[in-house]
Amino acid sequence: MFFWIVQRDLLLAVRRRSDVLTTLFFFIIVVSLFPLSVGPEMNMLRTMAPGVVWVAALLASMLSLGRLFASDYLDGTLEQMLLSPHSLPFLVLGKALAHWLVSGVPLVMMAPVLGIQYDLPLDALFVLTLSLMLGTPVLSLIGAIGAGLTLGLRGSGVLVSLLVLPLYIPVLIFGAGAVEANMAGVEFDAHLSLLGAFLLVSIVFAPWAAAASLRVSME
Amino acid sequence: MAINWYKYASPASFYTLAGKMVPFFAIIAFGLLIAGLYIGFFVAPTDFQQGEAYRIIFIHVPAAWMSMFLYVVMAFWAGIGLAFNTRLSSMMATAIAPTGALFTFLALWTGSLWGKPMWGTWWVWDARLTSELILLFLYIGFMSLQAAIDDPRRADKAGAIIALVGVINIPIIYFSVQWWNTLHQGASVSVTQAPTMAATMLTGMMVMVFASWMYSIAVILKRVRVIILERESHTTWVAELREKGAL
Repeated sequence: MFFWIVQRDLLLAVRRRSDVLTTLFFFIIVVSLFPLSVGPEMNMLRTMAPGVVWVAALLASMLSLGRLFASDYLDGTLEQMLLSPHSLPFLVLGKALAHWLVSGVPLVMMAPVLGIQYDLPLDALFVLTLSLMLGTPVLSLIGAIGAGLTLGLRGSGVLVSLLVLPLYIPVLIFGAGAVEANMAGVEFDAHLSLLGAFLLVSIVFAPWAAAASLRVSME
Repeated sequence: MAINWYKYASPASFYTLAGKMVPFFAIIAFGLLIAGLYIGFFVAPTDFQQGEAYRIIFIHVPAAWMSMFLYVVMAFWAGIGLAFNTRLSSMMATAIAPTGALFTFLALWTGSLWGKPMWGTWWVWDARLTSELILLFLYIGFMSLQAAIDDPRRADKAGAIIALVGVINIPIIYFSVQWWNTLHQGASVSVTQAPTMAATMLTGMMVMVFASWMYSIAVILKRVRVIILERESHTTWVAELREKGAL
């Protein structure tokens, strides 16, 4: 059932390719706006790069949260999932995994290219990709809670950002912190370990909280 | 004497009980506030390092403590409401949120007033300041989520989930000055060690803490009474109150 959900969501994403590309291009555009607004001074861009890429990844991942449950909610699939004998947190975990594969992985793949635009050194590019690799699934998992809570509400897009962005902050701090530590020449293992810890904790707790929020919203 | 919890879990009987408690706590809060401010401004000595500016702690520390404490209490009531499906607990959580947000704002505001003469800046991106700011966002998120949902029962449950998820932030704020070595000073007051401040300063601060605590109870009970009336306006007991001219 878990793999069925992942497979189905991926298939839907392949059929509606524009959704995936919109998120990716949003990410690229936001990152490209910064050199245009603060000036192309390379030293400054290099110090800004980790933060800029991470903030853009946060916003892109948040924008795509609307699609996580909304279309299933509208066509009634979500109701069937709630009624099914399978464990709901497990189904939510599957949907979050599919969401990450569709909206998170393209960002991770794109990040080194954007890092080159910001003149990041090679090992910093590696750390940036690694930190995004560990951090973006956390964003999808936490985001599932917010998406579940705001399902079918007026102005849910703005509301979900208000709920989810404060919870994203720790991921942002340690994700960008890892790259900054690497560029400053200090050990960055601690940051990545913490990101890994966030990932494990959110795999355990977030699907459960998101399932509870779906039950509240679907009553 | 055993308290009949089930009786007071009913909004109708809690309404009258809260009505009796509000003036009691309000008077205590007012008395403690006068005493605390008097100790703070006239009795407590001037600090030899910080001069007069340290007196902001008489507002800042109680506000910061209450901001965290009220969030935990709010999450507790929200969780009880979610687990046992008791309407009154969820109403308590809804009533606590604005007071908690107010104290969070006060803690940030007074902190920045103190930071200007002491650190030379209104704001630094220090771990404790940032996590307190996140706490303010969490309160605002809770309130705006509840405001966006028309059905009050769904609003209660949705708010409960987001409140419980946000509880993770409380230990982070509390221990931030120990975990990260940042600009904000460590705790001057501890249960296990002798306090590192003069006795009168400590007394003044503790009196102010209790004043804020009593104030919060009075205001929250008052607010929960309003919420009860609003949600129960269709019931007969509210109609009877209205006939008796008690509203």
